[in-house]
Amino acid sequence: MTPLLQVQDLSVAYVNAKQVDTAVERVSFDIYPGEIVGFVGESGCGKSTLLQAVMRILPPPGFISGGKILFQGQDLLQLSIEEMAQHRWRKASMVFQSAMNSLNPVLTVAEQFDDTLAAHGVGDLAHRRARTEELLNLVGIPPARANAYPHELSGGMRQRVGIALALIFEPQLVVMDEPTTALDVLVQSEILQEIKKLQKKLGFAVCFVSHDLPVVAQLCDRVNVFYAGHLVERSTTQNLLQNPQHPYTRALLRSFPSIHSATLSRGIPGAPPSIGAPPPGCRFHPRCNDRLEACDRLVPELVTLGPAHHAACHLISDQLPASSPMGASSSSSSDVKK
Amino acid sequence: MTGLWQQLLDNRKSRLGLMLLVAAVGIALVGPFFVADPLAYLAAPHAPPSWKHWLGTTGQGQDVLAQTVVGARPTLLVAFLVGSCSTLVGAGLGLLAGYAKNKTDDLINLLINVFLVMPGLPLAVVIAAYLPAGPVTIALVLIVTGWAWTARVIRSQAYALTDKDFILAAKVIGEPAWRILWVEMLPNMGSLLMSCWIGNTVYAIGAQVGLEFLGLGDVSAVTWGTNLYWATNDSALLLGSWWTFVPTGLSIALTGFSLTLLTFGVDEITNPGLAAESRWRRYLRTKNTPTSPQTPVVRS
Repeated sequence: MTPLLQVQDLSVAYVNAKQVDTAVERVSFDIYPGEIVGFVGESGCGKSTLLQAVMRILPPPGFISGGKILFQGQDLLQLSIEEMAQHRWRKASMVFQSAMNSLNPVLTVAEQFDDTLAAHGVGDLAHRRARTEELLNLVGIPPARANAYPHELSGGMRQRVGIALALIFEPQLVVMDEPTTALDVLVQSEILQEIKKLQKKLGFAVCFVSHDLPVVAQLCDRVNVFYAGHLVERSTTQNLLQNPQHPYTRALLRSFPSIHSATLSRGIPGAPPSIGAPPPGCRFHPRCNDRLEACDRLVPELVTLGPAHHAACHLISDQLPASSPMGASSSSSSDVKK
Repeated sequence: MTGLWQQLLDNRKSRLGLMLLVAAVGIALVGPFFVADPLAYLAAPHAPPSWKHWLGTTGQGQDVLAQTVVGARPTLLVAFLVGSCSTLVGAGLGLLAGYAKNKTDDLINLLINVFLVMPGLPLAVVIAAYLPAGPVTIALVLIVTGWAWTARVIRSQAYALTDKDFILAAKVIGEPAWRILWVEMLPNMGSLLMSCWIGNTVYAIGAQVGLEFLGLGDVSAVTWGTNLYWATNDSALLLGSWWTFVPTGLSIALTGFSLTLLTFGVDEITNPGLAAESRWRRYLRTKNTPTSPQTPVVRS
């Protein structure tokens, strides 16, 4: 099967007061038709930056500093503004983090659908109205609510509207940037079920960005783990949960409480580096318990571990001369104070 | 405060603005000691620029350079006075209205609306015509007609701020109203006040020159406005003696320009997003990449 979206060596940077900071560095991944792929990482690790760049909607002072974004074999970085506008929403659409902010407070739900349809040349009013009703039905909102203003809807309903808007042209790819973060857990679970149901029914692919690993684990077929602008591990969800290879992934999994055992969850000590001054070598090495000598000198390459499992860590790459872990002495300090 | 100065000097626009403004103020302060008597009859009328009279003479044989330099002081004095006073009055009333709300707001808002719908310059013309001519009259007239925009802007900002949690917290803690207004709310409007002040000062220069040009000031004094008044009175345009009005006109334009540049600078400093965007534009220009509504690609 050919991938729907191929991102190759993509780098994204920001122009800052004194220098250009690379927020996403040489990241590659594929999205196949009809799969849900999760993008996990801490705040500021570049996952939102990456997907905004993929949609080419990253605002100033951001820019793409290298790489390719192929959508069905066509490089999106070669498209003109008009071609990109046609691509956006018809082929790839987006659900934003806060539906309250992405919906215009002075327009009714029906008017926002109308605007979107009209912007893409659906001229017939009756046709637009019918499509709006159809979509609202699809996401479980009574079509009578179409004339409501965004503030008259609950948070969950607003996010449903956001999802319905993204599905308006039945795109092959929907990018979801933390679509459930602003919602409470009950509504969050409802929305996740809804996304899953719609995805089964319509068969679109999803890029699901979240800092919430359990949510991603529940929803996604495959997961990409990001740390400080680097892709550190990629695997199928099942494999990632059972057999994490990168120390960051392992630490991330440890930091979520388990309902099956009584072990306390442990946080990751320290804080992610700033993109202005990333540590040399592996970007995770200052917080890593298992670091080797080479970790602060060499940037680890992504290594293939299985048919769908890749990780970037010197511990698993065999190019490196074997040396003893140095982190043994500092491991005791990693326990979270209780 | 030193931080703000440093930032104003670091920003290209506000640096140029500050330099021009400092030059204007410097000339206004010390210039008059170095030039001839601006009112004395020194040479033949309407003489073009020469080595003796660098900017020529007026229709009454006076030195144009002397008139331009001496005219700066009263003009800028009135401009800064009017700018400061109308900002003060406008901000005070606006803040009070936005904070007190209800009846007080209704009353002040009515006043603001009345002054906003009154056409400023014609009203100024009428008032100035009834009062004795002079800088005090002009300043008063311009303050009276000029404070309402500031009040309107500050009032809406105060309205928005009073709903913020930190103002509610200050009320619950029991801070007196004056302290909430002065310490909690006013510093939040620093950039707004600054741009109001600059806007009011620019308005004051323009309106003051306009009034004096119409002969509503003290025509025997030397200001930028009366310079222009005498230039037209002595048929400068008919005779083609451009040197009698261009220096003064240029001074007015440059002073306004410097203040406008300063607002751009203040905007960028108080809204870091603007500065980030202009840095981004400059960076893309160095890479020969056009800016566009979609994320640009710069390959290194």
